[in-house]
Amino acid sequence: MAADFNDMETNREAYRKLFLIRAFEEKLEALFAKGKIPGFVHTYIGQEAIAVGVCANLRTDDYVTSTHRGHGHAIAKGIDLNGLMAEVFGKVTGICKGRGGSMHVADFSKGILGANGIVAAGTVIAAGAGLSIQTRQEDQVVICFFGDGGINKGTVHEAMNFCSVKKLPVVFVCENNQYAQFTSRKLTTSVSDLSLRGAAYGMPAVSVDGNDLLKVVEVSKAAIADARAGTGPTLVVADTYRFGGHYVGDPQAYRSKEEVAERRRRDPLLLFEDHLVQQGLADKEALESERESILELVDKAVAFAEQSEYPEVRSVTDYVFTDVTEA
Amino acid sequence: MRSISFGQATVEATAAAMREDETVVVAGEDIGWGGNFGQFNGLLEEFGPKRVLDMPISEALILGSAVGAAVTGLRPVASLSFVEFTMGAMDEIINQAAKFRYMFGGQVSVPMVVRASDGVLRSSGAQHSESFEAFFSHMPGLKVVAPSNPADAKGLLRSAIADDDPVIYLENKKITFRKGVVPEEDYRIALGEASVARSGSDVSLIAYSVMAQHALEAAQILLEEHSVEAEVVDLRTLVPLDIESVLTSVAKTRRAVICHEAWTFGGFGAEISSQINEHLFGELAAPVLRVGARSAPIPFSPPLERELVPEASEVVEAVLRTMKL
Repeated sequence: MAADFNDMETNREAYRKLFLIRAFEEKLEALFAKGKIPGFVHTYIGQEAIAVGVCANLRTDDYVTSTHRGHGHAIAKGIDLNGLMAEVFGKVTGICKGRGGSMHVADFSKGILGANGIVAAGTVIAAGAGLSIQTRQEDQVVICFFGDGGINKGTVHEAMNFCSVKKLPVVFVCENNQYAQFTSRKLTTSVSDLSLRGAAYGMPAVSVDGNDLLKVVEVSKAAIADARAGTGPTLVVADTYRFGGHYVGDPQAYRSKEEVAERRRRDPLLLFEDHLVQQGLADKEALESERESILELVDKAVAFAEQSEYPEVRSVTDYVFTDVTEA
Repeated sequence: MRSISFGQATVEATAAAMREDETVVVAGEDIGWGGNFGQFNGLLEEFGPKRVLDMPISEALILGSAVGAAVTGLRPVASLSFVEFTMGAMDEIINQAAKFRYMFGGQVSVPMVVRASDGVLRSSGAQHSESFEAFFSHMPGLKVVAPSNPADAKGLLRSAIADDDPVIYLENKKITFRKGVVPEEDYRIALGEASVARSGSDVSLIAYSVMAQHALEAAQILLEEHSVEAEVVDLRTLVPLDIESVLTSVAKTRRAVICHEAWTFGGFGAEISSQINEHLFGELAAPVLRVGARSAPIPFSPPLERELVPEASEVVEAVLRTMKL
């Protein structure tokens, strides 16, 4: 439901979510370095205010589509933390029973239609969820998270055109973290102001500082209200910066340490913390105590994942089809 | 009993599904006016534009939105006119529709049907003539249906729409206007059940889609001109594959010729042949033969097109070869 940020608890909850995403992923970085988790890990660190700010305005029955960098969206939308951690470990207690992994976390009971390893694949899926809502005459909305790397994909064009034609309840949230994998947006994209793309579809578009949680809340609240009211989609371009590499372990030869240090000065977590303290919404001790309890939650999730079993190998072909076990 | 075309039979199946289940929607290119082959005739008039959607020529959107709709409460039937157009939406079919259920640990099913016309028809050229069932069958998570006649087309489409998994429903252009006896009542034919379209004791012709029709023609010629009794097994569904029916037939005849319009090299016939050899090696009287297209894109010029793509005469030739082996 649309969040009221005049309310102290709402602010505290947003802070908890921001820090939970940060703490969860910093833990993953450490675990990955120790070789404790298989596969790749793409972190969302530096972009947390976008997922938390947008999802603060959502109901449980609203939908989100996500990206390969999807832990933040999933946590912000309410995924079970133990299930998420166990999935990253490949355990049977994982939210996808170990079949998905970090890049494919989903919780359909929470409207999380999946992190997705294919860039901008979520855009056309979001359009379909929007069509489903419209056909069923419900008032849910869909948030389609994608990135500046995805904005040049044909699926974005196909989805935005259709959502605009049909006035579907979809909000496209483009997280401009400045890099498409290892390549600067400046080398690959025809416009520097990505919100200009909205005009081609007759779609309202707005840019926002993606590191400022309250601004994200405000802009997305309006876009979501419009979508819910049936007036159609909006493109929200949230400017941000990926603090880490494309994946954990990326040597990042394509950007300078100075550039990263400069952008890290606008850490969305610290900005929101300063705001809370300055406005008297929380004192530093209270926030410290919030952080400690969240670190405990993350440690418990790790313990849960480590103690969980791997899936039985004989179950390897389970879940391919709904009603047959082998083709 | 009345005769109707393959295309009309699919209209009856779709209309029955839509009357029974209000979550069934149809979306595709040029369907409001009936589709290229009349396979959507009258649906817009009966069910209205909220359930019969004329889509932009955006293949990735048509199939990607079907995935999104299927996991959020609808049962979409998406049409792409020609099967070559699925190539613009292969990510949505292969990376999304086929994988969602498995990759997300069984949290959701993806109840959607992809309809597409395949096969050659009067020099339609390289991008409107091909048969891609081998691609789709290779990918775990997709069911693949390729009916050969109007009665099967109706019952199989009804099952495909009711199925909880993504189904690729291939309708061959050459037979889409062809008429056949079709029961008027609503009925289903289960996916994964082959039919023995003709009984015989000398050789098994394993086929599907248009080639099952050519195999039946070939069987008649073989009987009349060569006194060879051919059995025709029409697979109807490639995934799930009814290998039992194939093995039962071949165990009896000890000879098999597999027939499809698609390229022989790496084609679906290779899978059937391999399974026959794995199960019946010592019992075969001759090597399993395949009839299919040689490896070239489908040419435009009529004699070249006919040269590449097999019909009944090629099936007859292959059977005569296997009888001598």
